[in-house]
Amino acid sequence: MNGAAATPTAKGQPARPRPRRDWGEAIITRLIQLSGYSAVVFVGLIFFFLVREGLPALVDVPFRDLFGTRWYPIEGYFGVVPLLTGSLVVTVGAMAIAVPFGIGTAMFISEIAPRWAREVLKPLVELLGGLPSVVLGFLGILVLSPYLRQILDLPTGLTALAGSLLLGGIAVPTIVSIAEDALDAVPRSYRDAALALGATPWQTMWGVTLPAARSGVLTAVLLGMGRAVGETMAVMMVTGNAPVLAVRLASIVSPVRTMTATIAAEMGEVASGSPHYHVLFFIGMLLFVISLLVNVIASAVVFRQRSRAERVLS
Amino acid sequence: MRTVRSLVLISVLLAGCRSASAPAAPVHPVEFIENRGSDTLVNLALAWAELYQQEQPEVRISVSGGGSGVGLTALINGTVDIANASRQIKPEEAEQAQAHGIHPTEFVVARDAIAVIVHPANPIGRMTLQQLSDIYSGQIKNWSEVGGEDRPIVRLSRETNSGTHVYFLETVVRLGQSGNHTLFSTDTLLLPSSEGIVSEVRQNPNAIGYDGLGYVPADLKVIAVSRGEGEAYVLPSAATVNDRSYPIARDLYMYTAGEPTGVVNAYLEWILGQEAQQVVRKLGFVPILTGAQP
Repeated sequence: MNGAAATPTAKGQPARPRPRRDWGEAIITRLIQLSGYSAVVFVGLIFFFLVREGLPALVDVPFRDLFGTRWYPIEGYFGVVPLLTGSLVVTVGAMAIAVPFGIGTAMFISEIAPRWAREVLKPLVELLGGLPSVVLGFLGILVLSPYLRQILDLPTGLTALAGSLLLGGIAVPTIVSIAEDALDAVPRSYRDAALALGATPWQTMWGVTLPAARSGVLTAVLLGMGRAVGETMAVMMVTGNAPVLAVRLASIVSPVRTMTATIAAEMGEVASGSPHYHVLFFIGMLLFVISLLVNVIASAVVFRQRSRAERVLS
Repeated sequence: MRTVRSLVLISVLLAGCRSASAPAAPVHPVEFIENRGSDTLVNLALAWAELYQQEQPEVRISVSGGGSGVGLTALINGTVDIANASRQIKPEEAEQAQAHGIHPTEFVVARDAIAVIVHPANPIGRMTLQQLSDIYSGQIKNWSEVGGEDRPIVRLSRETNSGTHVYFLETVVRLGQSGNHTLFSTDTLLLPSSEGIVSEVRQNPNAIGYDGLGYVPADLKVIAVSRGEGEAYVLPSAATVNDRSYPIARDLYMYTAGEPTGVVNAYLEWILGQEAQQVVRKLGFVPILTGAQP
């Protein structure tokens, strides 16, 4: 700031409006700075609040019970393991559907589709992302789960699979939109070079364009995953919410209970300050830590790859 | 005592007359009623309070939940005028009240019944409480074990924070025995709304569910329940709930400290009347007046 203000005076051109513009600039810079830091401050405050309300759970409930396998809070069973495994199964299933679909769609829109198709497809995919999850949940209850029950001959269609399919559908638009932007940002010269070396269009896409856009695509996957882990309403409506330990392969086609659905279903009626209340906040803390871990690991991966690429280029 | 009470009644009546003649000028003192207790009753109590305050603007009723025990404790401590309870007062609570010089007076204000529902194509039409308990605790896993088709049983329940869930647990899963600690089977589906249960039962022939009698639509099959082997199987209806032959039903209570007087008495009389009992039916409970039945 000071350097920028000093330069014109050094040239000996004292202009009257300058100081005022500097004032404005200073304020604007401060505001932008503030909004930049505010995100950090808010995350910090939220985490502080979660810890303050959640840590007493470790005092209220013995550690072994807290990581037990039975969740039935009105009788004092606070085992969170079924909820952890439930969230895990649903999220992994959702990503297994959304990642190939999302990246495939992004590649098609960015690399293959003719211009007119591209201009129709992208807004449509983004519109899908704007659908309220409650609406998807209703579709899930009335259409998807009866259909799944009949096709797969299951006892009930309200299963982890139904949740994964819906969550996959919710995560796909996020992944497509961001991954397509990243692919679009890859310079044309990369593709031209690859094609000039005799690579087929598919080899160019898979071997050059996608790796070049890797960090943006990874961000897309992470944001999609964030939407999937945090999604509550649709999941609560279609997964059946039975707190069973989801550790077998068959768990994907049986009912599960996720952490988010548990918080949403039970927080409204719980007595403030009771062990149950603290355990629900403890679950919130676990969710926070999980998404933090995913983000840290992913950015570490991106950072390592970028520095390697920079070494190779230099 | 009696003269005092009638004097209060007269003054209430006079107050009512005045408000009718000059509704825009609330010169008379506002009367407050504190009402707390059972979460099962809280929505009904709120609906009553709202309607009553529209008719009697000089009465202010504050309603809160917390549970039957919370309401009765508050009554014993003298902080509420009316306690709502989904169970009768326990002997130790009554003793405590006597120690505080309070004689709780009981009013049955509505009845609550739970219907057990299955898919219309399910051949099973009747079950004993013991069979229902074995199904929900996970000991019976297939419909063929209770005489039905060879299909897995999918158990549906309300979420644990619902009063209906707790009542079903105590009366059906634990058969009303206080030392019984049977739990719902872990693979019981806990659905967040009545609508979730109804739509799953409607399309899934494996499913069994339960819900408040007033919430059950006509296109689902309702199970006739008996208290035990060899006893009569009874379908739930306003009539069978009122004559106490249907086993999964209970009375809902309001308690006052001593004989109610003044505005509290007027409010309770109104609750037991035709108009308030119509509200009972609208909220899915069973009204206590035979005249207000469907």
